[in-house]
Amino acid sequence: MPEKHLSSQFDSDLNNISSHVMELGGLVESQIRQAILALSQFSPEAADDVLVTENKVNHLEVEIDREIASVIGRRQPTARDLRLLMAMSKTTANLERVGDEAAKIARMVKSIIEGSAPRSLPSTDLRVSANLASGLLRKALDAFARLDVPMAVSILREDNEIDKEFDGFVRKLITYMMEDPRTISASLDLLFIAKAIERIGDHSKNIAEFIIYIVKGEDVRHTPLADVESSMS
Amino acid sequence: MSEIKTAPKNAIEVRDLNFFYGKFQGLRNVTMDIAERKVTAFIGPSGCGKSTLLRTLNRMYSLYPGQRAEGEINFYGQNILDAKQDLNLLRARIGMVFQKPTPFPMTIYDNIAFGVRLYENLSKTEMDERVEWALTKAALWTEVKDKLGQNGLSLSGGQQQRLCIARSVAVKPSVLLLDEPTSALDPISTGKVEELVHELKADYTIAIVTHNMQQAARCSDYTAYMYLGELVEFGETEQIFFKPNKTATEDYITGRFG
Repeated sequence: MPEKHLSSQFDSDLNNISSHVMELGGLVESQIRQAILALSQFSPEAADDVLVTENKVNHLEVEIDREIASVIGRRQPTARDLRLLMAMSKTTANLERVGDEAAKIARMVKSIIEGSAPRSLPSTDLRVSANLASGLLRKALDAFARLDVPMAVSILREDNEIDKEFDGFVRKLITYMMEDPRTISASLDLLFIAKAIERIGDHSKNIAEFIIYIVKGEDVRHTPLADVESSMS
Repeated sequence: MSEIKTAPKNAIEVRDLNFFYGKFQGLRNVTMDIAERKVTAFIGPSGCGKSTLLRTLNRMYSLYPGQRAEGEINFYGQNILDAKQDLNLLRARIGMVFQKPTPFPMTIYDNIAFGVRLYENLSKTEMDERVEWALTKAALWTEVKDKLGQNGLSLSGGQQQRLCIARSVAVKPSVLLLDEPTSALDPISTGKVEELVHELKADYTIAIVTHNMQQAARCSDYTAYMYLGELVEFGETEQIFFKPNKTATEDYITGRFG
């Protein structure tokens, strides 16, 4: 927020919550990094790291919501302060779910390692889309920190790309499964991982939509991308 | 200047209103509509002209020499700024309640009956009914029905304010102007007056000036933000408090005004 409130305590409360949201974003990003590492090196240690970080994420989520409720109760925020607080609360929920997806990936990786399934499956593709999704989340957090609407709009566009990658990957897996039914079990694990990655993209997209909500006061959650692009340009 | 989008019928239409305290201009080209049976709130920092605007609506300013208004204030089609306007009649139709409760130094009963006697000739029974009706409207009846003969000044601040509202309501006006009606009241009395505003709007058009923005947000249908004698923004309360169109409005309602 550029201009200051009459009450500097109000400003510092909002800044405090905002930096906690960023901190949560940082934790969740590290979870994704650990999950990608676990996936690419089939490392059970990296997978365990994801699950350890999850506790911190959950704790911070509860703390942020408590702080938001306290500011609403004490200050009766209006207009963009109100929109900012609502968006921060929802962003927090989305970040926590990204953390859940990273944890899902970690558990799947462990199950693949323990199952000693054939490693000839296309897990490289997954690493590529995991990096895409992780990059998108980072971009969403950057855009949130700067309340950057054009960047938010470009995130909406890029999430569509991740969705397409996911569809392509599913088709590929199906061909593997048809060729060799022994890969079905491991393929399903990979499918769940791919789905988790796709969800990370969706959560990043949600965060981008909240940025538009804060700055423009418009709820674009169910607006077609083309309409959002034309109304924000 | 915001143009107005009130679908309901207008009780009052203000057009290009300018107001002068001698040489000082208190209002500048104010144009707005006050919708019938809705609550319109005026907010803005001290000296922005919100009370001045309210005081033009029933020509309260005419009591003071040197104060004058230019433009039009059409009250159901009739320009009340017209020199021929009967002021007593006008104030019976557009009642006003002030910041500090101003009960007359007489019994609770007479506080209500006094104004009614000026305009109507009612029998004792009819007057009793009118007093009960007005006190009930003002949500005060159950608290005072056993002590109507007591002095109005013996009531608590919150009760006195509701007595003043009852007194305004008693002459059956069509518009009620409330000038910071709760600024001298405790939160419970404030809550009762706000509840009353909500109930009264079924029958009356209400215009309220308040320093308490949350009060405007809670009880009004439309909100006007004024600054330095100008109407900065006017719109539905929900829009003003959620997504105002003007940065100046947003700065004020979010507490960034300095």
